[in-house]
Amino acid sequence: MQYLLMLYAEEGGWARMSPAEQEQGVAAYGAYTQALKTAGALAGSNRLQGSATATTVRVANGKSQVLDGPYADSKEQLAGYYLIDVADLDAALAWAARCPAASHGIVEVRPVWSM
Amino acid sequence: MDRTAQARRAADAVARRSYGKLIAFLAAAMHDVAAAEDALSEAFAAALADWPRNGCPANPEAWLLTVARRKGVDRFRHHRNGEAAAVQLQVLAEIGESALAEGDDAAIPDRRLALLFACAHPAIDAGSRAPLMLQAVLGLDAKAIAAAFLASPAAMGKRLGRAKQKIRQAGIPFVVPTRDELAGRLDGVLEAIYAAFAEGWSDPGGTDAIRRDLTAEALFLARLVAELLPQEPEVLGLLACMLHAEARRSARRTAEGDYVPLAGQDVALWDAAMIDEAEALLLRASRLGRIGRYQLEAALQSAHVERCRCGRTDWTSEVQIYDALLALCGSPVVALNRALAIAELKGPEAALEIMDALAADGRLVDYQPYWAARAALLARTHAYRDARHAFDVAIGLAGDPAVRRFLQDRQAALPR
Repeated sequence: MQYLLMLYAEEGGWARMSPAEQEQGVAAYGAYTQALKTAGALAGSNRLQGSATATTVRVANGKSQVLDGPYADSKEQLAGYYLIDVADLDAALAWAARCPAASHGIVEVRPVWSM
Repeated sequence: MDRTAQARRAADAVARRSYGKLIAFLAAAMHDVAAAEDALSEAFAAALADWPRNGCPANPEAWLLTVARRKGVDRFRHHRNGEAAAVQLQVLAEIGESALAEGDDAAIPDRRLALLFACAHPAIDAGSRAPLMLQAVLGLDAKAIAAAFLASPAAMGKRLGRAKQKIRQAGIPFVVPTRDELAGRLDGVLEAIYAAFAEGWSDPGGTDAIRRDLTAEALFLARLVAELLPQEPEVLGLLACMLHAEARRSARRTAEGDYVPLAGQDVALWDAAMIDEAEALLLRASRLGRIGRYQLEAALQSAHVERCRCGRTDWTSEVQIYDALLALCGSPVVALNRALAIAELKGPEAALEIMDALAADGRLVDYQPYWAARAALLARTHAYRDARHAFDVAIGLAGDPAVRRFLQDRQAALPR
């Protein structure tokens, strides 16, 4: 089954880290991605730009409304995702727990709608 | 007896004997509790049509499983397509081949433990786990479960539906966790069984048939887990704890329905066989050398029994058990009971001091036993005005009329 791991984190956190800590953080994500690849579980992954770069769009009465900012105005924002392919929820939760984001933020696990 | 009645009787017997095993087997194969329930209920309906005509099969379990499997395959053809469905169909086609070929229902693998772990999975809403277990493993209907948990049947039906949907859509596995994960996951299973038992227990008179049955069903589940995981001391501890409580059921009320506190119970009314079984379980658990919350609670029950049977009490060791329990789970209710044991060891003043500190926690403010215990301790220190007030609060919080009457009598007996 495919699961989307959505990584939520406090946005100011990265900027407050020292260069050494940032380097360590990048390395941790690199290692995690590598581990997923080695296990044959990685289906896709990306880091996102900060929520200040987000724009929302909705169409009402045939007119599209474009607004600056993210959809949810919460302290933790979506910062990236991993799409993984594993046997079941327990396996997905085990990968989520290993993700560096689980230690400094929250990882939401969602099964992908299978056709 | 006509053949229809005979078929119905045979089907009822299979349902009682094997419902949980059949559902667990189908659900694990289909990864879907609701679909397994539908398939099995269709199979039972088919049996009631077929058996009166063709006679009851030699192995009714295998007959039902064959029909349920066919119904399950039909459902998949109707509702799903694509690769996932093909895999499921293959699995369904294979299930039970060996069992059915053997013609022996003992050959159907027992997946009930895996089903219990799926029902008590941490990804399932905590309040839904006990109801889900009762329905999935024992086949209780939503109406009976709703009555036992004081919920509306419609709300309970929705809650159960959501939980089953989560199992299917989120891909919650039907497996017994591996050794290193077992302890943590087992907690969820035991907690849900204990919750079901406590719901049944909250009808202390045992006059409400649905709730009385619930304690029996919870005991059945605890026995089942103890049988399937005989090396897990906490499972044995939970069963011992529940048996101890159940053994005293008929002593908890007088013939007139009045509440009888533990110290005033007629020991002759206790079920000695149940108590013996509980003690044996606790001994077995202790030999496994891993202490835990349920074993400690059972040890306390055991100490209470010993006290009432022989009039001897070792309060020091009781306080020690409470200390250990408090360190494990930090519950304010445990802290309260520990204070009451300390009252026997060091006097009511010492206990009241602890209770004042506990009150700051806030979680005990609307806990009736806290106020009743406080009132009794205050009475022992001759602080009758304060005791009267504490009784007032306790009476106001009591939901059980027999307990309310008991507290009112105690309050009226205070010297003016």
